[in-house]
Amino acid sequence: MANMLSISRREFFTRVGQGAALAATGGLIWSYLLQQQARATPFAIRPPGARYEADFNARCIKCGQCVVACPYDTLTLASANAGIPIGTPYFIPRQTPCYMCTDIPCIAACPTGALDPALEDINQSRMGLAVIDIENCLSWQGLRCEICFRECPLQGQAITVEHHPRRLSKHAMFVPVVHSDACTGCGICEKACPTQQAAIRVLQADLVQGVIGDHYRLGWTSDTPISDEFNPAGSTAGSDSAATGLDYLNEMPP
Amino acid sequence: MPASLTGKLRVWRYLLLRRAVQLGVLLLFLGTVRWGWEIAGKPLLSGNLSASELLGLIPLADPFAVLQILFTRHLPQAEVLTGAAIILLIYLILGGRSWCAWLCPINMVTDLAAWLRRRLGIADLFRLSRNIRYTVLALALLLSALTGVAAFEWISPISMLHRELIFAVGLGWTAVLGVFLFDLFILRNGWCGHLCPLGAFYALLGRLAQVRIRFDTPTCTHCGECARVCPEPQVMNLKAASASGMIASGECTNCGRCITICPEGTLQFDLRHYINTRQKTATSESRQRRAA
Repeated sequence: MANMLSISRREFFTRVGQGAALAATGGLIWSYLLQQQARATPFAIRPPGARYEADFNARCIKCGQCVVACPYDTLTLASANAGIPIGTPYFIPRQTPCYMCTDIPCIAACPTGALDPALEDINQSRMGLAVIDIENCLSWQGLRCEICFRECPLQGQAITVEHHPRRLSKHAMFVPVVHSDACTGCGICEKACPTQQAAIRVLQADLVQGVIGDHYRLGWTSDTPISDEFNPAGSTAGSDSAATGLDYLNEMPP
Repeated sequence: MPASLTGKLRVWRYLLLRRAVQLGVLLLFLGTVRWGWEIAGKPLLSGNLSASELLGLIPLADPFAVLQILFTRHLPQAEVLTGAAIILLIYLILGGRSWCAWLCPINMVTDLAAWLRRRLGIADLFRLSRNIRYTVLALALLLSALTGVAAFEWISPISMLHRELIFAVGLGWTAVLGVFLFDLFILRNGWCGHLCPLGAFYALLGRLAQVRIRFDTPTCTHCGECARVCPEPQVMNLKAASASGMIASGECTNCGRCITICPEGTLQFDLRHYINTRQKTATSESRQRRAA
């Protein structure tokens, strides 16, 4: 029995190397599978309170308790061909939107905190952002639709109707406009939209939104008085301005 | 194998109990999720084998999954940590790898593959060390730390199977089919015995388990039947079993096959405490006899 324990040093190192190579190869393939799944996530509309994607992916234990808790059967666990990490909860607004329960049972059910319990007001959730395709929206073609405006649970805040003049008629167009500061991404608008494929749809906000940049000054906004302390970039005191460009119209160079 | 039905049922008693527990728990989940079973307005057993809540009160969670989440440097909520602690406690008592034989849904798949393999007489394609699963366990934790997601949970065929059964997710069968074919054609007890890191995790836990299989040295005739039927035959070290009075290895799944196959009744479920006291009396008695 004793000589079974004594192997040559070369054999020992070979075995260690083989084990390490096997582990490394296996590990590389494994991490490739993980990265592939993780890369698909920008298109998932998550339940309310879902943390930012990396946090959510780390915490979601794929138990499905949020799915059970939802009284409208909105949520589903992702299957292998959904293009979303397998087993994580998501919903398709066009099929069943989030109906904005005020007691948010899905967050209460989540055991790991992947759905953040710090969210207490459902109107503060940001599941996504509604985007209107103005080429296919009935209102934007000049008809009087406004269904998304009426169905929106944050009517007048998330979706408002604006008047736009029309070239060929004296009548104005009444067009819906989404406001990102109020839109929760619930998808009730997408479900209600009467077009063949929804002209308003919910997407993850960071796929849709831009950032205008602090260096632009919108001098015509009604709450910005034009004065020597003119500072549309929005700093409070007025003296230390983030924008340090030369205000050449008001200050002649010395 | 006895001729009468009751005789057969006695021989199969642990197998039948195991299937009853495995299918019973799945049924509780299924009923709650798909048919809205509840008691006093609270869902009966909501969730799946990764994390769940009993009667809206008691959280339960897979401790290995929670460990992977911890390795991603995220601290999950108290609810899932409590659930994992409860399951850890249960398996510390019942035997770590009791999960494998009594709860895990993949066990039904691999048992079927093993039985078919025996019937068809398919030989192993190659041999693998049974310690590879510990490397897979370490790799799961390392990759969780590196990639920031629970590495094993994202590819686990166990989770895919119970999610599929309970939530009808879709395409969950593909990973399960892979495990089945691997066990049937390529390697005997391939998944459970060599690869599964969840089994490895519970095996490490099982070293401290309270429910163990007692080995009664005087009655053993060394026929070897127990090792023949055991899915983890390396735990059937009769010398070590004789010395400690039990199957001490954490890799024993408490499946009970050895208990029913042994013609002498040498093996039986017992508690570690009683085994140890019995062992102490047995050793002191034999010392007295030798001294006399």
